[in-house]
Amino acid sequence: MAELDEVLRVDELRTYFYTQEGTVRAVDGASFAVKRGQVLGIVGESGCGKSVAAQSILRIVPPPGRIVGGQIIYHRQVAADGASNLSEMLNLTEMHPRGQEMRSIRGSEISMVFQEPMTSLDPVYTVGDQIMEAITLHQNVDRREARKRAIEMLEQVGMPRPGEIVDNYPHQLSGGMRQRVMIAIALSCHPSLLIADEPTTALDVTTEAQILDLMRNLQKQTGTAIVYITHNLGVIAEMCDDVAVMYLGKVVEQADVDSIFYDPKHPYTQALLRSIPRIGQARKRLEPIKGIVPDPYAIPQGCPFWPRCIHAMPGLCDHDQPEYVPIAPGHSVRCHLFRQEAM
Amino acid sequence: MLGYIGRRFLYMISTLFLVSVVGFLIINLPTGTYVDFYIQRLQNEGTHTSLEQIEAITKRFALDKPLYWQYGKWLFGFVRGDFGLSFEFNKEVKELIWERIVYTVIISLATLIFTWVVAIPIGIYSATHQYTLGDHIFTLVGLIGLSAPSFLLALVLMVIAQRSFGQSVGGLYSPAFVDAPWSWAKLADLLKHLVVPIVVVGASGTASLVRMMRGNLLDILNMQYVQAARARGLSESLVILKHAVRNAIHPLIMLLGMSLPSIISGATVVSIVLSLPTTGPMYFRALQQQDMYLAVTFLVFMAIMLVIGNFLADLLLAWVDPRIRYE
Repeated sequence: MAELDEVLRVDELRTYFYTQEGTVRAVDGASFAVKRGQVLGIVGESGCGKSVAAQSILRIVPPPGRIVGGQIIYHRQVAADGASNLSEMLNLTEMHPRGQEMRSIRGSEISMVFQEPMTSLDPVYTVGDQIMEAITLHQNVDRREARKRAIEMLEQVGMPRPGEIVDNYPHQLSGGMRQRVMIAIALSCHPSLLIADEPTTALDVTTEAQILDLMRNLQKQTGTAIVYITHNLGVIAEMCDDVAVMYLGKVVEQADVDSIFYDPKHPYTQALLRSIPRIGQARKRLEPIKGIVPDPYAIPQGCPFWPRCIHAMPGLCDHDQPEYVPIAPGHSVRCHLFRQEAM
Repeated sequence: MLGYIGRRFLYMISTLFLVSVVGFLIINLPTGTYVDFYIQRLQNEGTHTSLEQIEAITKRFALDKPLYWQYGKWLFGFVRGDFGLSFEFNKEVKELIWERIVYTVIISLATLIFTWVVAIPIGIYSATHQYTLGDHIFTLVGLIGLSAPSFLLALVLMVIAQRSFGQSVGGLYSPAFVDAPWSWAKLADLLKHLVVPIVVVGASGTASLVRMMRGNLLDILNMQYVQAARARGLSESLVILKHAVRNAIHPLIMLLGMSLPSIISGATVVSIVLSLPTTGPMYFRALQQQDMYLAVTFLVFMAIMLVIGNFLADLLLAWVDPRIRYE
């Protein structure tokens, strides 16, 4: 039953970059699931593979990166008439990244909003052109109808004077407005899944709040599922239904948002939460996670977190990779403390 | 947009004016007036110079008047197509240069088109297939083209063309056609003779354009908006051509504007080696012989080409890039 209302399941995904200096295992065993119409937050430090995981889903990992293992299953909704909720299973990892099949999904059923609004629009085309590009590509409409829909989309993302903005060039808009345009492009074909890769990181706090509001409202209106990638736990708490915590290319814990914040199991998640300030708590020094993130070319053997883990068990954690095991419905952890035998 | 064009046009006119002043000053730098040189030359040749001749020249170039007057008179003549006298050829400059300018423009434009048509696709291929065998081969060939001296390349190609294809080389026509009236056969002969000069003159330009196109495109391919276009579901060829190439081509357009003056001065050495009747060798000789009116005519023509080229490049750039249009 739980499988049925999933829109995306990523299973032990591995995306490696083969550079001259060596192999970077950017994503090395990431598993998570996105439920239809819900928001999954992926949280982790810079360089933990969040963005590469997102690019892997769309199959737009830039070379020399390559998906070397695992599966990405997309459940395409065929008929949704209340009673029967039929869906078709598509394995995105088996598709050719430049093939027709993948391209018809990209931008139409799964779309993406990028981190840098200042550089994610092509400077030589109007924003209208770029919204219409997606619309005419995936929907069978002529230019006039596409233009009409583009203006509607701009209105929907809260753009003032959409009829004028549609003919503006990106350099005439501010960062926040450009990000609204990107959201308009991403939602123009009514996708079942939207991947938002740190969409507010480059914006100031006020604009960030507006964009978050907008995304939450649009999500409620359209019922689009969202994968929200961020390193900001506050945003996670505000936006998400489920959370996946990533560390060095691996998802170390996934649970609903309350369990993550109030009952975190993985030592890394616990450490992460101790490192953020809380209102109402007696003022004391924040507790950073000890040590540093290892060099991506030399990830430690065993559990990648053991050199920084306060519960590290010598002889086990520095030797064997922990399995990713469910410990409660919808709650999975990758840690030797929760081995199946031990439970 | 109109304001932009108007501003660029004003820049163009004022630059041309300045160039004409500097050019005129340069021809007046050597001591003595033009007429002194002329008389001395005629006397050296043992010809008797009549007072009338001297007076005619003095009057024509206002040599008895102050410098600014001379300048005004020269400029006035120049804009009406009177470029002065070449004292080396003892002919009007305008009689000397027109035919050469026509041939030069033909060769240079053909070279320019050749360069772009060959270089842009190779650049795109190299960038999209970075570090593949094809990219390495084009890089190697390009480096050879860039570093081989053009006169050497000219000689080598001349030998190949003659030995392997039995073609007469050098000049623009086979001996049989030089004085023949225009016909299809003569045109075909001309085109055949153009191949070697175009390849030789275009070789280094093509190579550097390939490198530039490749470098720019590689930069642009890393831009977020290229990835965003992919994420929209566009086909790879549309992503490359519509979004990446259009943005990568700006610097090349600037270069195009700068390359117009080389239409006049360009490929002097190659022209001498291939004995082509272009302006290059003549300009070179005019400078050597201090044939001042001839030299300054070429100089001003080059400046005009440069300024017009830049003006066209500015217009083209405004057409390609909205950020310039709306400045």
